[in-house]
Amino acid sequence: MTRSELIAKLAAKNPALYHRDIERLVSTILDEIGSALERGDRVELRGFGAFSVRHRKSRVGRNPRTGTSVQVFEKRVPFFKMGKGMRERLNR
Amino acid sequence: MAKTLTRADLTESVYRNIGLSRNESSDLVESVLEEICTCLEAGEEVKLSSFGTFSVQSKRQRVGRNPKTGVEAVITPRRVLSFRPSHILKDRVDNA
Repeated sequence: MTRSELIAKLAAKNPALYHRDIERLVSTILDEIGSALERGDRVELRGFGAFSVRHRKSRVGRNPRTGTSVQVFEKRVPFFKMGKGMRERLNR
Repeated sequence: MAKTLTRADLTESVYRNIGLSRNESSDLVESVLEEICTCLEAGEEVKLSSFGTFSVQSKRQRVGRNPKTGVEAVITPRRVLSFRPSHILKDRVDNA
């Protein structure tokens, strides 16, 4: 399912809403999660999962094609851990 | 200090951005999550452009170990949810 298919499904279930409001609903949610992570905050959605930011230390990496070492700088990456409810739903 | 956002915060921004009631906003946030869950439950991938991709991975049975007691135990086959952030999201988080 893509973003536009998600919007189409929600629109079909909420005929009273404008299509652009559904689009705004989905982008608001995703944007809000993105901004939280940008600030270094966590987002916890019970039953679904939690988003957080993990720090990766700098390391010496290698170009897999040429074998030359390159310095990989420390970075922050988005991380998602599934929630208990989701785990149960996937393993019934 | 890192803060934790919850459904209530998402509901609040939806309420401010769309102009429906708080109750409706809350129901809508829930229905977005539910739609995503239902799709994943069916084993389908959910690709949200400029955000990331959720996919379900099947794990085979393996022998694990209780890290606390050191006792070996069989881990049954299971399905797990994985999330691959898009480059856009990665850049946002790293460059902040």
